Amino acid sequence: MTKEMTGAEMIIQALIDQGVEHIFGYPGGAVLPIYDALFHQEQVRHVLVRHEQGAVHAAEGYARSTGKVGCVLVTSGPGATNAVTGLADALMDSIPIVCITGQVPTHLIGNDAFQECDTVGITRPCTKYNTLVKSIEELPRVLHEAFHIASTGRPGPVVIDVPKDVQFATGTYSRPKAFAHRGYAPKPKADPRRVEEAVALMRNARRPVFYTGGGVINSGRKATELLRQLVRTTGFPITSTLMGLGAYPASDPQWLGMLGMHGTYEANLTMHECDLMICIGARFDDRITGRLDAFSPGSRKIHVDIDPSSINKNVKVDVPIIGDCTEVLEEMLRLWTAQPGDGHAAAHKAWWKKIDQWRARKSLAYKPSNEVIKPQYAIQRLYELTKDRDTYITTEVGQHQMWAAQFYGFEEPNRWMTSGGLGTMGYGLPAAVGVQLAHPDALVVDIAGEASVLMTMQEMSTAAQYRLPIKIFILNNHYMGMVRQWQELLHGGRYSQSYSEALPDFVKLAEAYHGVGIRCEKPGDLDAAIKEMIAVDKPVLFDCVVDPSENCFPMIPSGRAHNEMLLGDAAENLDEAITEEGKMLV
Amino acid sequence: MNAITPHSSSGSTSHYPSAHVAQAIETHTLAVIVDNEPGVLARVIGLFSGRGYNIESLTVSETEHQRHLSRITVVTRGTPMVIEQIKNQLDRMVPVHRVVDMTVSGRAIERELAMVKVRGKGDHRVEALRLADAFRARVIDATVESFVFEITGAADKIDQFVSLMLPLGLVEVSRTGIVAIARGPEGM
Repeated sequence: MTKEMTGAEMIIQALIDQGVEHIFGYPGGAVLPIYDALFHQEQVRHVLVRHEQGAVHAAEGYARSTGKVGCVLVTSGPGATNAVTGLADALMDSIPIVCITGQVPTHLIGNDAFQECDTVGITRPCTKYNTLVKSIEELPRVLHEAFHIASTGRPGPVVIDVPKDVQFATGTYSRPKAFAHRGYAPKPKADPRRVEEAVALMRNARRPVFYTGGGVINSGRKATELLRQLVRTTGFPITSTLMGLGAYPASDPQWLGMLGMHGTYEANLTMHECDLMICIGARFDDRITGRLDAFSPGSRKIHVDIDPSSINKNVKVDVPIIGDCTEVLEEMLRLWTAQPGDGHAAAHKAWWKKIDQWRARKSLAYKPSNEVIKPQYAIQRLYELTKDRDTYITTEVGQHQMWAAQFYGFEEPNRWMTSGGLGTMGYGLPAAVGVQLAHPDALVVDIAGEASVLMTMQEMSTAAQYRLPIKIFILNNHYMGMVRQWQELLHGGRYSQSYSEALPDFVKLAEAYHGVGIRCEKPGDLDAAIKEMIAVDKPVLFDCVVDPSENCFPMIPSGRAHNEMLLGDAAENLDEAITEEGKMLV
Repeated sequence: MNAITPHSSSGSTSHYPSAHVAQAIETHTLAVIVDNEPGVLARVIGLFSGRGYNIESLTVSETEHQRHLSRITVVTRGTPMVIEQIKNQLDRMVPVHRVVDMTVSGRAIERELAMVKVRGKGDHRVEALRLADAFRARVIDATVESFVFEITGAADKIDQFVSLMLPLGLVEVSRTGIVAIARGPEGM
């Protein structure tokens, strides 16, 4: 199909051809022609956010809960710069985003025109790819290529910068058959010999563990199914990163809980003591490994990743497998089923016995209270009262995020939207907007902190406008909790600027945003209040006033190894536990 | 305090030895074939600066006009693990077609071109010309009190020539940076 149309119309047509139903954006001078083209059609629904950062996070939430590409439309200059945080977030967490930015007309580029900025220059390091469209002829190809690049290989954000005169220009639109970047090879085929080598190691392992991450979820539903089959047939224990929660059901006995800085005792010690680590779609991030030279010292390591640059970046591995998780898992499962490991049943039994001893430490235990709501208790109650529903959870960043990861049991993939790599406070509320749009009948809860949520609070207006009944469950401890925790542990309890002074009245704030506010201060009132929140068919700000001094444990202090973990009941004299070197880390 | 360890009671410092012995630093010459599109050089340079890699030398020019392909030759330093990272990080960039490590093959020829301006009279002038001849540098501009020499060769040969010109009235040096190609009949 070829057709004459303007650049602005081409943009909308390309979105339609790519199956886009929602685009998150904010109008401005340099995108007015595109907004005019939007006005003339009904296939692509535009969602008006209140800040461009919110547009990208909403698109991320949309993408992560559906597996589709999230789309963003913002104007030049401040529109583009406001989107940068979201783009960096999407790059770090490998989320497919196509972001169209308006640009001043080509003849004004470089002249310091009104609302001009070097969008391509600014976004280059925080996108998978970006490009300035200089002529109408290349626009159709660039648009479709953007979707291709964003969604294939290791997914990521793509920015297309379209000057206003290109939006007005008329040209021929057709869906391109070939892309310009012949060097872009997103789908490496895994080396079958490596996979065989990996399975051979698995057959011989005495103390194996699966360590999985967001790559399994990005690879699609089938990868999750294959992972579950492989874990169950092998009988090996499994742990996962923050990004990978939900790929394996949290209720399963082989599940060890999340690993890493705030991971469970059993997950981290299993990693430390294993003789074979099978890493699938995770990247040995510093929050996972802790002290690198003491990371799992006695193990052989298999690493499956679609991105070669993730392999041997932080940790040297024995069997690197570059490929898509789905294909590799399928092959692993086939090889294992053809010839299962045997002869190590006794060793595996001893391994599980050891793991069960670690489990018996109950590392997530906290001191319950009848007086004040413990944040862990709040998440546990939220989980119990929402687990039988069609529930999606987003979070902000901080203590509440870690408690959510520890105490909310995820059974399915794509149900957990959190800013893992960049750690963006303010992510959860707009992400919930995106998730709720994609799943209008689902229960969408943003587990938030009172500090984080104020960073993008204005998106409550968006939720009100589109009648999105998102539930903002704020664990309000009157502190930037994780900052306060680190100041307590590392900086002598000097709580520099971490107190949430002059907080708004969240109940009144909710009402001001046409939503419903609920405040809960007593553990005894919590269940009824959560039920009330669920029942409300409007956006809710739930002000859950929690113990302000609670810390998030277990914790591996920075600069320490997996087996040098702090547990909750050991929370005295913590300042001695961290080395001077550790203080330099973050 | 009570940090939990499975085998030993822990003190206030880690029971692991401090940072392991650093790997040796190596110098590698990489040839990177890229689509010659706007911003591609910024992309490559931005990768090096953004991730804290070194650039010792960098040259770039379109080498296949029909296919709009450019060849970037970059000399970088790092541990073997960092060099591997640099190659992988380059290779995953959308406009990058290929990354070849010219140092690994061990059969690459590396050359650089420099133009060297020397000003002087009398014995210095004669000596400069004599040395230029020994280094097979050509005179490409001359006045009664100056020469501009053109010299090609390995980087250390040029370094040596420049240092010899210093006492003879060296004014200015302009160097291209290193280009490299593998020996033998095979293309990369």
